[in-house]
Amino acid sequence: MRYLPKSDSERREMLRAIGFDNFEKLFQAIPEAFRLKRPLAVPGPLSEMEIIEYFRGRAAENSRGYTSFLGAGVYHHHRSVVADALLQRGEFLTSYTPYQAEISQGTLQAIFEFQTLMCQLTGQEVANASMYDGSTALTEAVLMAERLTGRQRVLIAHSVHPEYRQVLNTYAKNTGLRVEEFGFSASGQLAIDAVRKAANDEVAAVVVQSPNFFGVLEQIPALAEIARGCGALLVVGITEAVSLGIARPPADADIIAMEAQSFGLPPSYGGPYAGVIATKEKFVRQMPGRLAGQTTDHQGRRGFCLTLATREQHIRREKATSNICTNQALCALAATIHLCLLGKQGLREQAEQNVAKSQFALAQLETIAGVRRAFSGPVFNEFVMEFPRSVKMINAQLLKNKIVGPMALGRFYPELTKRGLVCVTETTTREEITRLVEGIDRALKVPV
Amino acid sequence: MSDKITKAGRHVSQDEGLIFEKSSPGKRGMELPPLDVPPADAAKALGAGYVRAGVEGFPEVSEIEVVRHFTRISTWNYAIDYGMYPLGSCTMKYNPRVNEFVARLEGIADEHPYQPVDLSQGCLRILKTLEDILKEVTGMDAVTLQPAAGAQGELTGLLLIRAYLESQGNPRKKVLIPDSAHGTNPATAVIAGYAVENVKSDANGGIDMARLAEIVNADVAALMITNPNTLGIFERNIGEIAKILHAKGALLYMDGANMNALAGIARPGDFGVDVMHLNLHKTFSTPHGGGGPGAGPVAMKKILGPFMPTPVVIEKEGKLAYDYNRPKSIGRVKAFYGNFGVLVRALAYALAYGPGMRQASEDAVLNANYIRKKLEDVYELPYKLPCMHEVVFSDSRQKKNGVSTMDIAKRLIDYGFHPYTTAFPLIVHGALMIEPTESESKEECDQFIAAMRSIAEESATNPELVKTAPHTTRVGRLDEVTAARKPILRWKP
Ligand SMILES: Cc1ncc(COP(=O)(O)O)c(C=O)c1O
Repeated sequence: MRYLPKSDSERREMLRAIGFDNFEKLFQAIPEAFRLKRPLAVPGPLSEMEIIEYFRGRAAENSRGYTSFLGAGVYHHHRSVVADALLQRGEFLTSYTPYQAEISQGTLQAIFEFQTLMCQLTGQEVANASMYDGSTALTEAVLMAERLTGRQRVLIAHSVHPEYRQVLNTYAKNTGLRVEEFGFSASGQLAIDAVRKAANDEVAAVVVQSPNFFGVLEQIPALAEIARGCGALLVVGITEAVSLGIARPPADADIIAMEAQSFGLPPSYGGPYAGVIATKEKFVRQMPGRLAGQTTDHQGRRGFCLTLATREQHIRREKATSNICTNQALCALAATIHLCLLGKQGLREQAEQNVAKSQFALAQLETIAGVRRAFSGPVFNEFVMEFPRSVKMINAQLLKNKIVGPMALGRFYPELTKRGLVCVTETTTREEITRLVEGIDRALKVPV
Repeated sequence: MSDKITKAGRHVSQDEGLIFEKSSPGKRGMELPPLDVPPADAAKALGAGYVRAGVEGFPEVSEIEVVRHFTRISTWNYAIDYGMYPLGSCTMKYNPRVNEFVARLEGIADEHPYQPVDLSQGCLRILKTLEDILKEVTGMDAVTLQPAAGAQGELTGLLLIRAYLESQGNPRKKVLIPDSAHGTNPATAVIAGYAVENVKSDANGGIDMARLAEIVNADVAALMITNPNTLGIFERNIGEIAKILHAKGALLYMDGANMNALAGIARPGDFGVDVMHLNLHKTFSTPHGGGGPGAGPVAMKKILGPFMPTPVVIEKEGKLAYDYNRPKSIGRVKAFYGNFGVLVRALAYALAYGPGMRQASEDAVLNANYIRKKLEDVYELPYKLPCMHEVVFSDSRQKKNGVSTMDIAKRLIDYGFHPYTTAFPLIVHGALMIEPTESESKEECDQFIAAMRSIAEESATNPELVKTAPHTTRVGRLDEVTAARKPILRWKP
């Protein structure tokens, strides 16, 4: 086997050195009855060529050659080959969590840079080294708010990503959290008055996403005021992080829970991505996840190390702020390199292009008879359109033209049938938008 | 430097500041194609109150500077690609490059989780094939691939147990956890809504059977056991342990972090385990990447199947689909379907070995026992039972000269190795936890042994040298106390 660096004679020599006369001896501690007496019934072994062939075969059964207008928490953005080449350096790829700081300075410095970039983007004071993804970051942000306030009532917008809400509910079930959902107004934004009425001294967190699942930006300052007014914390989720290149950062929120997939990570059928928690300095000791900090060695040289570990499971065990151990470090590194390449101007330009493309696509789609914009609130690169017939029927037609059309919202919001979520980014060309518009126009003319 | 250092020499590494310190207005490392639609006035499109100015302090650097920056700082890391990385419990094995290649294929990396299932048959087939392999390797009936890492797998497993017990009328109150367990076990139990009762290990480092029989009662939901345990020792009473729990209606959870000793050798499903997680970033070779991403699939017996997270992959007449209609499900633990890209890599690993996984386990155990044999005369072996894939020494002999496990670990760096795991498991005072994995040749093991022997000698003859190590790194031991007291967690201009 090509991954195993031993010849049979070396194996025998090592076995002799141990003092064993046969290889079975190595497993003497396992009771006879529990030893597997047959080879595993699994496919393989495959050579490198066969492995590549196998996965090319699977790839061919997927969506190659289709133009996609899907977003909904996962975005097609340009990814630089530079970032991918750099993160595949063995020193990054094949190293462990940087517990041994002296030989992990590369990873540690990169985490420190990641934390800094996340703070700059979100307008917050501290950010951690990563969470599993946006959905668990949001959940952990709520648990953090629970610890900080000592309260258990959570007011969450119905327009937060449906799968994020599902994850929160799974975790909440056994921790005593009471999660209440609040609807949206005609703008697609959270119906603030209802939240204001519900706010009381039992509320741990007010939770929104911005841009929300409908692509609409929320009114963060007003929500921050409501939260502050009742002693609760405002948690803001962000699934489309590129929006921060142009949208006002939620600096007045207390905790940010962000998905960083948009920063150079492939959609990869749902993961791995990088979740981020960013917050105020005063809350740092209740933060989950790893943190890298700057310090010096005995000669006064600048260096970095993991710090404030007394929050974490390996020190605090059942009293830890979270059970997270392995995080998404390499994905956070990808985001770091990507953002360094993009830089201040590049991020701005990318965000502006996303706005321009979505404004263009929106206007073009509105020219189709019977098709209209569903919500009036400000959007970044995603928006909801209302169609005269089911989105499913439209999409069936679009697929014939190799277009993966709008996401049918009825799947998550039964009250929003005939509404589809459309996403365009800097990678969507004008020609593709035109094809979508023509395709929908044609689909609507197909007799039912 | 000692002439005993045969693996490493000095080399020049480049100095490099923070990326922010290289920034100068107007530089950039990425350009976009010209906009092919009319530009939009953001303030008008979004409303002035929703728009920001440029991101304050964001770096402005060129492409070559970015390449050099990250290349330079990368060289300050040690890596498996350099040599043995004997972190016990972490299973730092070779990360095959073909796995990276296939995860990046067009048609794999670019797939969107919400695209129609008809256009995702390849992705679904990957998930299904990996599930089937993991079922066979663990001897279990069902697998969910959704958890993002081991700790989330633990949570999923305990939530399954809770849901099952609830369906029997009572979720029960506590989870038993041996004092040798990893910190994630107790941290997880609390999130699952259980109280933690620690179980002291017996003189051999295993479960104290008499004590276990005493404390398992109708309040106990489960025992979380690691097998082989964190001393690298197989719990020989595992069958009996399962019986004690089952007799009282409690379940047996296995932390599968140490499956690298067992794949193809023995199956938890055959020795009484009801539910377990795997760390694909350990046993199945997916790269640790400086701390993640991982994947923590959970394998379970039939009785827990109805409670699995949604969605579940199902097959009908050769077509794969998702089943969301599972009323007893614990719900979702993560958005979408798990860390798919990691699952792709794990499948590539499994396919490369096939049934030959057994040989990998055997080599891993061979390496650990070889190292144990060659070091047991100079380092104290607190638990003498045969070990599997890892061996745990203590620093008690070196401590007499004031040298601790951490000092020895730091000195190993000078010899060209990554340190082993220090100070874990907690039941060994001053633990040296060594897991070589199957990826090390005899030559690499021999060099490691020579280094460890030489450090044992130095600890006696020149303890100061060891206590002040490492001597060859860019930075010495860092002031962690100040780092925690006055945290600097971001760069500021
Ligand atoms: C024994 C053991 N259990 C659990 C874990 C946690 O797994 P993860 O880091 O993937 O969350 C680890 C590793 O870190 C471990 O070594």
